Amino acid sequence: MYTFDLTDEQRMLTDMVRRYSDRILRQVYREAEEAREIPREVIEQGWELGLLPASLPEDYGGFGEYSVLNGALIAEELGYGDMAASMELLAPNLVASPIYLCGTEAQKQTFLPLFTDVVYPKVASALLEPVVLFDPYHLRATARREGDVYILNGEKAMVINAPEAELFLIYAHDEETDSTQAFLVQGPTTGLHVGDREKWMGFNALKTYRLRLEDVRVPAANRLGGDAGIDIQRILNSSRIALSALGVGLAKAAYEYAREYAKEREAFGEPIAHRQAIAFMLAEMAIDIDATRLMVWEAAWKLDKGQNATHDAYLAARYAADVALKVTDGAVQILGGHGYIREHPVELWLRNARSLSTLLGAVTI
Amino acid sequence: MPIDFEVPEEIKNQSNLTQMVAEQVMRKYSRYYDEHEHERPWEYINFIWPFMKSMEAASLKRSLRQSQSNGHGGPSSTHGNGKKKVGSFQVSMIHFIETLSWGDAGIYLCTPSSALAGAAIQAVGTPDQKERFLDRFTQGDPKWGAMAMTEPHAGSDTSAIRTRARLDPETNEWVLNGEKIFVTNGKLALEESDGILVVWATLDPELGRAGMRPFVVEAGTPGVTITKQEHKLGIRASDTVSIVFEDARIPYDNILGDPELKKAETKTEKGFKGAMKTFDASRPWVAASALGIARAALEFTRDTLAEEGITIPEAAPYHQLSAIQQDLLQMEADLKAAWLLTIRAAALMDAGESNSLEASMAKVKAGKVVTTITQKCVELLGPLGYSREFLVEKWMRDAKINDIFEGTGQINTLIVARRILGYTRRELK
Repeated sequence: MYTFDLTDEQRMLTDMVRRYSDRILRQVYREAEEAREIPREVIEQGWELGLLPASLPEDYGGFGEYSVLNGALIAEELGYGDMAASMELLAPNLVASPIYLCGTEAQKQTFLPLFTDVVYPKVASALLEPVVLFDPYHLRATARREGDVYILNGEKAMVINAPEAELFLIYAHDEETDSTQAFLVQGPTTGLHVGDREKWMGFNALKTYRLRLEDVRVPAANRLGGDAGIDIQRILNSSRIALSALGVGLAKAAYEYAREYAKEREAFGEPIAHRQAIAFMLAEMAIDIDATRLMVWEAAWKLDKGQNATHDAYLAARYAADVALKVTDGAVQILGGHGYIREHPVELWLRNARSLSTLLGAVTI
Repeated sequence: MPIDFEVPEEIKNQSNLTQMVAEQVMRKYSRYYDEHEHERPWEYINFIWPFMKSMEAASLKRSLRQSQSNGHGGPSSTHGNGKKKVGSFQVSMIHFIETLSWGDAGIYLCTPSSALAGAAIQAVGTPDQKERFLDRFTQGDPKWGAMAMTEPHAGSDTSAIRTRARLDPETNEWVLNGEKIFVTNGKLALEESDGILVVWATLDPELGRAGMRPFVVEAGTPGVTITKQEHKLGIRASDTVSIVFEDARIPYDNILGDPELKKAETKTEKGFKGAMKTFDASRPWVAASALGIARAALEFTRDTLAEEGITIPEAAPYHQLSAIQQDLLQMEADLKAAWLLTIRAAALMDAGESNSLEASMAKVKAGKVVTTITQKCVELLGPLGYSREFLVEKWMRDAKINDIFEGTGQINTLIVARRILGYTRRELK
């Protein structure tokens, strides 16, 4: 049966996150962007919402259940607030979710409690690489097995919170199985070099770093999933959905801002929204945003049902990246010269939106 | 109700049969009826009629039951405990229409049923009117219901309608005068079966939309003449005619909705709102039909390209995809986006919730998507795409109507824009 209503619980959850977005993220995002830093208390307040523990079952110290759909609902509300802060807040999920989805029972028992603490966890995930032709199915970083250890080599990019991290989840090409595998690396350790802070087109408040791996030795037991290894597709699917939902929230923020601006801004004696040229742009934005959200929800719903939704997640991600870019660009356009000025948020949202197709693993199928 | 995308069981059961119909009595004859405009696709009509009859019977029964329980029609009813009962009629119509249009959109439009006339009667008719006009669709030979709105000088601007309805106090009959064009199934309804036509006319042109009312005209009414059968770009199997009314007399009870005009008080637009209510249902239907054509074109293109060794890899980075593969994926994404909007619009109606905004959203998106997908498919298949040896070129011609009828893409975008901005017609023209 097709129904599109949130449950009471989901509504409470999204209301809570929405309040955090409105009252905190929307107040600090510009200052954070210019200062290239998110105030510590902002992340602490976000962590106190308990979003990650609420996505883990009691067996692992959490108080809820894993749900891609709930993750998408949360991500949309966060993305509506600010992308940099959302990404910092959701960064621990990039370590916790793969462990939950693909880890061995022992790995889950050992590592998942890290994420249910009241303190924001010191963890970092390293998937992207500083290359033009990024391919998550054939990474350039390598893992070579030597007896009871794996030796990791290569370079990683966009590693959030790398300097403080005490646990890294590092993805590399496993030469033995010719597949992408992930390794739990406790840091700091020999050969694991945290490089310079990276500078990006957008979300400058987010602290990300390069990572250089020089013969980093990892016990074989720390290969995620043990002998079975990981299903990279499963991990990509769930993170893809979260990022797509974040894009929906971002697009919604830009659309609403442009809509309200167009109703107030007068030209030739009346609000510019009275003109079809503007009104039609807004209508198309609204349609595309709704369509994308439905695509994200459907893929998430399928994943939660245990169905194969790789293709659905891909299509949703592709749409989300396109729509977020198109909508934020349209918002800048509707604000005209004002949209180009850093006093309004839309220029930042456009810069942020451009990152989505990159973050979505260069939109791989 | 939580977020749920499960296809209802009864729809799954029905879909095999519909697919068979689409393949056996529609797709097979697509080219023939495209090239023999104004002939009737009897293979399909005769096959589908028994099924339509029982659907009409169930729909009439449900509608009458609703009239009894809440005094007016509507897609859902409320139980004593205040909980809404969620039906699945609109959603199954969406699946049904999508598959039939995958078979052939022109032939689908020849489906013998009360169609838009039925929707209008169900939306605003009295129980007696429902009985009197719709019972015929539950029995006997194939029949059609049609709707006449557009006039030579009134397309999207329906308030400019000039067809006039005057009451003859002596006989207590309505007298209709005027001309209607682009009436789908008009000839089938009035001349080739014992069908009905819902015609929009004005009681007082000075009142604009507030003066408009729908009237039911039965087949065989004197003074009603089919004056022209159109020759079209696509959906050539579909019957499209002009109708002239010259002192056509119909009984007083054939008016749908309130016959009283409220001049002095606030201008009501009840008659017009009646039309809008039928659009809430029919726009998602048109969207579904569009998406059936889009899927037909996309599947054919995908299969044909696969024979040439071009397929979508299971897992590959962006930079390894060719332009054609990118195009295919974009079409898939667009199709899914439009489909989900359409399903949502229908499901909201089934749940008894307002869906005007969502219906227009679906219509805009589907009209746009089917147009770009079919054009792209013609392009991707090269000379074969353009050739009449295959159906892709026909699907592109068929597709275009979906961006036009039941409100053009522009009109529906305007409706969406007004709704999201909270604007009246005066504020956003």
